[in-house]
Amino acid sequence: MTQSEKYTAAAYLVVFLGVLVYVVIIGSKLQRLQRQVEQLVELVKDKRTDG
Amino acid sequence: MHLKLPALAAACTGLFGLAVVFAFFYAPADADQGLSQRIFYFHVPLALTSYACFGWGAWKALKYLRGRDERADLESYVAIHQGVIFGALTLLTGSIWARISWGVWWSWGEDELVLFLVLFLFYCAYFMLRFSVDPGPARANMSAVYALFGVVLIPVSFLAIRLSKQFIHPVVFKLQGPQMTGAQFFTFCVCLAAMLTLFATMYAIELAGKRLDCSLRELKELLS
Repeated sequence: MTQSEKYTAAAYLVVFLGVLVYVVIIGSKLQRLQRQVEQLVELVKDKRTDG
Repeated sequence: MHLKLPALAAACTGLFGLAVVFAFFYAPADADQGLSQRIFYFHVPLALTSYACFGWGAWKALKYLRGRDERADLESYVAIHQGVIFGALTLLTGSIWARISWGVWWSWGEDELVLFLVLFLFYCAYFMLRFSVDPGPARANMSAVYALFGVVLIPVSFLAIRLSKQFIHPVVFKLQGPQMTGAQFFTFCVCLAAMLTLFATMYAIELAGKRLDCSLRELKELLS
């Protein structure tokens, strides 16, 4: 593999890795939101049983 | 919204597949730069998309200042966040290209590089300003005014490539038209469409997440 090929591949890889990291961050945020929704569901259930 | 996001994601995936195939197998090799010229097909669309993100963020900021609509403030913030991501990728791919073509990762003597870095850092500072103030109208007002000021730097950064005295940074788009073959220009257009669709997809996903976060916070307050 020549230097030019290595650098060109690196440039394209940087873009795909950037997008991948973004997807991972968004995925973890979605998991956090999912946990919050579950907590809220539990809270509503508790309030109903108390009422 | 439910139909729009999967359609956007599908279009983005398809266009990116096409962009890579066209960049490597359809566009002819450049006589001067050889293989490294193919970085151009991602680097320039990344830069143009970051300008589009900042422009969109400024437009939403203007909308906020006119109507004081909180949704416009959130939309402006998300667009600028996307712009910073695309800007970072522009700087990284440009730096890799510079290493092959100029033998250096960065050149402080190049106006267009320094001005793009200034633009990028200006928008990085947007987040410092935004998160140093408590949420509310004051924060939204400050962020909107800052976003509008930043948009002025876009034409300066764009024109710097043309005004640069050293003319080392390649100028592909001139008043006479694009300085490339039809196949190269078509490939560039496909790559630009892919990058803009990626922006639209990421913008829609992040905005949906932020809105959901806000709604959940409100719901939590109502229930507690």
